[in-house]
Amino acid sequence: MNNIYTFDTSTLWVALPEIFLLSAIVVVLLLDLFLIKPFKQVTYYLTQLSLLITGILAFNLIGEPKTIIFGGSFILDNMASVFKVFMAGSTMIALVYTRHYLTSHKLYRGEYFVLVLLSMLGMMVMVSGYSLLTLYMGLEVLALSLYTLIAIARERAGAVEAALKYFVLGAIASGLLLYGMSMIYGISGSINISDIAAFAANASLASREMLILNFGLVFLVIGIAFKLGAVPFHMWVPDVYQGAPTSVTMFLSTVPKIAAVAMLVRILVDGMGAMHAYWSDLFIVMALLSIALGSVVALMQTNIKRMLAYSTISHIGFIMLGFVTGVVSGYGAAVFYVLVYILMSLAAFGMIILLNKQGFEADNISDLKGLSKHSPWFALMMLVIMLSMAGVPPFIGFYSKLFILQQVISTGFVTIAVIAVVFAVISAYYYLQVVKSMYFEGSDKNITITASMDMKLILSINAVLILVVGIFPDFWMKLSISLF
Amino acid sequence: MDNSLLSLLIWLPIFAGVLVILIGNERANTARWISVAVSILVFIISLSLYTEFDSNTHLMQFEEKASWISQFNIYYHLGVDGISMPLIILTTFSTILVLVAGWEVIQTRPAHYMAAFLMMEGLIIGVFASLDAILFYVFWEASLIPMLLIIGVWGGDNRVYAAIKFFLYTFLGSVFMLVSLIYMYNKGGSFSILDMHNLSLTAAEQAWIFWAFFMAFAVKVPMFPVHTWLPDAHVQAPTGGSVILAAIMLKMGGYGFFRFSLPITPDASYQFSEVVIILSLIAIVYIGFVALVQRDMKKLIAYSSISHMGFVTLGIFALFLAYKPGAAEAALLGLEGAMVQMISHGFISAAMFLVVGVLYDRLHSREISTYGGVINSMPKFTGFAVLFAMANAGLPGTSGFVGEFMVILGAVQANIWYGVLAGSTLIVGAAYTLWMVKRVFWGAITNPKVETLSDINAREFSILAVLAVAVVAMGLYPQPVIDVMQVTIEHLLNQALTSKL
Repeated sequence: MNNIYTFDTSTLWVALPEIFLLSAIVVVLLLDLFLIKPFKQVTYYLTQLSLLITGILAFNLIGEPKTIIFGGSFILDNMASVFKVFMAGSTMIALVYTRHYLTSHKLYRGEYFVLVLLSMLGMMVMVSGYSLLTLYMGLEVLALSLYTLIAIARERAGAVEAALKYFVLGAIASGLLLYGMSMIYGISGSINISDIAAFAANASLASREMLILNFGLVFLVIGIAFKLGAVPFHMWVPDVYQGAPTSVTMFLSTVPKIAAVAMLVRILVDGMGAMHAYWSDLFIVMALLSIALGSVVALMQTNIKRMLAYSTISHIGFIMLGFVTGVVSGYGAAVFYVLVYILMSLAAFGMIILLNKQGFEADNISDLKGLSKHSPWFALMMLVIMLSMAGVPPFIGFYSKLFILQQVISTGFVTIAVIAVVFAVISAYYYLQVVKSMYFEGSDKNITITASMDMKLILSINAVLILVVGIFPDFWMKLSISLF
Repeated sequence: MDNSLLSLLIWLPIFAGVLVILIGNERANTARWISVAVSILVFIISLSLYTEFDSNTHLMQFEEKASWISQFNIYYHLGVDGISMPLIILTTFSTILVLVAGWEVIQTRPAHYMAAFLMMEGLIIGVFASLDAILFYVFWEASLIPMLLIIGVWGGDNRVYAAIKFFLYTFLGSVFMLVSLIYMYNKGGSFSILDMHNLSLTAAEQAWIFWAFFMAFAVKVPMFPVHTWLPDAHVQAPTGGSVILAAIMLKMGGYGFFRFSLPITPDASYQFSEVVIILSLIAIVYIGFVALVQRDMKKLIAYSSISHMGFVTLGIFALFLAYKPGAAEAALLGLEGAMVQMISHGFISAAMFLVVGVLYDRLHSREISTYGGVINSMPKFTGFAVLFAMANAGLPGTSGFVGEFMVILGAVQANIWYGVLAGSTLIVGAAYTLWMVKRVFWGAITNPKVETLSDINAREFSILAVLAVAVVAMGLYPQPVIDVMQVTIEHLLNQALTSKL
């Protein structure tokens, strides 16, 4: 660690996945320019291949000892590697669904894939960032790519509105985050997480340092809450989810949540761990508000994307509860919840995309009417997804809630657990609305599924995993805890 | 084979259900045959639980234990004792009846219907056989899913409302149970139900846990005032759904009191026993009167179910007042009466709903006023119907009498007025049941359609005959059932009377 502030090329392997991905992005971008129409699919396959290789490279780094390079601003540990593997994997799944959406909505463009890869790079930097600056840089790469992705359907007013809204609010959030970072930097004299952690641990309780640290901390928490979409910083979520093209909504609601949680861990757990008592109070309030608002407001939605937006808000509340506990197993529970949430959310949006037809967005709950008659298999899959999101066993969504509740109760917050489960029951109502639409109501329209085989196959595997991992969750729970 | 008997009972129907789904609605007859064959096979296998059961011990038998979620010390732990074993056999028995009863009646998506019942059978057996709290909870909640679909897909006009109400009611009740299970895990470090029995808890903890359990089980039983989902669910559910709901799913609530409330929170159970007794008496008396004024036959039977299940909770919680040092018989009688009542109600309510189902299949009406003089066109059927009605009213010689009589004896020891109030059901119960019989089966034919009714066919006859045999046999000679549970109940009584403070 003595050469931490020098640049040493022999340590570059630590960032190999990122370096590879960056090169791949350049190749895909350039190649796409020269591809003539019949070969446009090559971009898609190259993107998938790049993600696969990135994932494999990250996978190979699992088990490496914790290494910090680039002057203390980039970290390789198990959490980073495992997160990168998961991000690569879920992005690949998302892209399978995305292709179906893009072709049926005539949005298929090479830039789409390049932007996805770029946001992936941003997220990887966030996951591995170990200084405030690296983290911020990763966040901005991600955010800028996402703004553009949302606006890619530029003929649609809703999409442009969503992009603008996301851009404005995202910029404010970034500003708040930067402001907080500058406070922290100003008082601690460093942007490196490890230095900040040491400074925070040594600051005495009523000192001036503590006051300013606290001041900065509040802004950091707000910035992170904005990115997570926690109440009261959730206003962008429903509009962006509904307005964006479904494939972008799917991407937006899944993979970046891992990155946001990673950033949360780096800044608040690693950096401000000594001040857990301060930020966990903020988290309790935001978590409970998120769970409550997400569960109650979703009841009135008729649009699935908007409903899932509120459902995401309430899931985020549960994830934040894991961080309230302040113990390693609690953080593990939060990570487990994120991974589970992503699995479910991918499948849920996958189902919406599956029902899309040429130029038709099947994003109302009523569009699912009678699905169980026309396609019993996918109706069953959607049933599994919805009940899992509601937290009904034996599906995986139950175990993630169980894990969080167990941690919350074991750290003495029984009341919080009770409030959370009551709202979980309330939220079951709107998941049941989807089930009702599919199973209990007939439809006058004929639902035909036009998706290609690979989409159907991956979606089925995705949904079946919700059941299978639900029956054997042990490995994933242990893995999540081992990351801390 | 012996060691995995319970696993076989759980997973055979579930996988058979998957198979039946794969066979599909197009080959409905194959699906029907396979479903019924599997259910009969499962019943036969479950009988070996009875034949190989050792009724001299309260310890768990046919135990299976394997690590499942080691992160929380959760085990795949199964086992039965004298309380759960009879309920498992009741489950396997009722499932056959339901599948046979749905043979011709269900024409929309028949394979899915059969599959739902098979899966539910496996899940409910899982509820009764689980010895790990989380495993129990998983089966407990999972069994809601097939029932939700059964009510929602094959139910009556107002099925959506009934299905969602059913689901949310029971879900809300159970989550509090989950929280208290987790609480006890954090305290004792184990999710094993048997370890929880020995976990020492303070009076305050017991009180909270007791009420959390109470919410889960009281909704399921259902007890007054959380019973309102039941009439809706019963009326809207298809006949088979009503049968399983009344015959088995309600028993899950009673079973919960036996397995969780009494042994885990004995002091709180004692402390709050009078509250529960009063709620039970309200259910018995008040709901009995509510049943009297119903115009819909299914609703009438649903309310009568609530009233009869009131005996179960009365018998369980009267034990604390009935118990006198040195004379445990009265308390024991109440507890055993509650168990017998659960089994007997399983037969009788199944039979009553099937009787209504037979009429409904013919005239598509559940209204009492549609009928009248059915005996003229359906004499054989009326014979069965009157027998079951008598059993429902608690006629001596039928199973309905045994459980209620035992519970009343126990209640009298607790407080003479409890006994008197509970005993009044013999009058009210007879009133609403016999009045319904009078209006539906006897008298002159007022509706010309009734004249054209055809009597029950061989399939219906055999279902009702099997149930009639069960009802009479239980009524005349309940001793075998009491024998298998005797030692377990004595042990449970001991647990309930041993303070944890």
